Amino acid sequence: MTAIASNASVLLTIGLAAMVTYLLRFGGLMLAGSLPRSGRWKRFMDALPGTILLSLIAPAIVSAGLWGGVGTLATALCAYKTKNLLLSMLFGVAIVALSRQF
Amino acid sequence: MLGVVRMGFVANLPVAVSVAAYGSILGVLAAQKQITWHLLLTMNLSIFAGAAQFVMVDMWIPPLRIVEITLAVLAINLRYVLIGASLQPLFQGKSLLHKLLMMHLVADENWAVTMAAYRKGTASTYFLFGGGMCILLAWCLGTLTGHTLGAVVQNPEGYALDFVFVAVFTALLMTLWRGKPDLAPWLVAAVSAVLFQQMLPGKWYIVIGGISGALVPVFYPSTSESDSGETSS
Repeated sequence: MTAIASNASVLLTIGLAAMVTYLLRFGGLMLAGSLPRSGRWKRFMDALPGTILLSLIAPAIVSAGLWGGVGTLATALCAYKTKNLLLSMLFGVAIVALSRQF
Repeated sequence: MLGVVRMGFVANLPVAVSVAAYGSILGVLAAQKQITWHLLLTMNLSIFAGAAQFVMVDMWIPPLRIVEITLAVLAINLRYVLIGASLQPLFQGKSLLHKLLMMHLVADENWAVTMAAYRKGTASTYFLFGGGMCILLAWCLGTLTGHTLGAVVQNPEGYALDFVFVAVFTALLMTLWRGKPDLAPWLVAAVSAVLFQQMLPGKWYIVIGGISGALVPVFYPSTSESDSGETSS
């Protein structure tokens, strides 16, 4: 493989990834614009932010083991009580980091 | 307008700290794969999607399997269709150009912060954009720091840097909690995400979990405002 060919494929790979990602973002917005904002559809869309975010992390929480679970719970409780994002994250991360020192 | 951009920027600062933290892990991995810093920066600016970039770097073995990598990015970022759709009320009445310009800087983090602010009535597209700038800056700083100092952080797991990702989204998630009606959708989302993560390859579980959870309130008994003409569930 020549250097030029590999350079082109690198740029093509990044370009395609960027294009796909942008089209998904923009396509979602356009799609929703043509759909109703009431009734069942509204309830679906209103529930979506929470359920996507949870789906993103649920498997990672499970595979993080016992202390990962403790750290997650600590972060969640702290965020719920204090509404302080940074404090809550540091709290959870500190617990997991400490647990790995032993 | 600039004031709102700044508000969005500032509101995302706590989250940006953790974005920089797991960005540094990506930087370390990229350096190990001989990905130059300017290539990494190009990815940051043009793709701007953390999870997808992690998978790309992971698959970065020459000769590049372009189709395979593109499909992986598509699957991981499929959630952005839902994320984009959920931003629709925020973009109500905005011009096409405004939408085209603002939608690039939408990451999980500034989106979640914006949705939480929107529910309190304090968000706009400029708030979203300010947040995007903040996250982008942190993402670049974090990844490039990791890339440069690669050899310094020998054992990121020891500092639980891999757990930062879970922690940031857990904290963000709590800001989206709307009370008891969220319990069932969230349970369904979590359980199906965990199940499908084991059953299907790739990142389909994010979209499947998100959709299946959000389908739950669709079957709740309808309130007065809703459901014209629909009788069966």
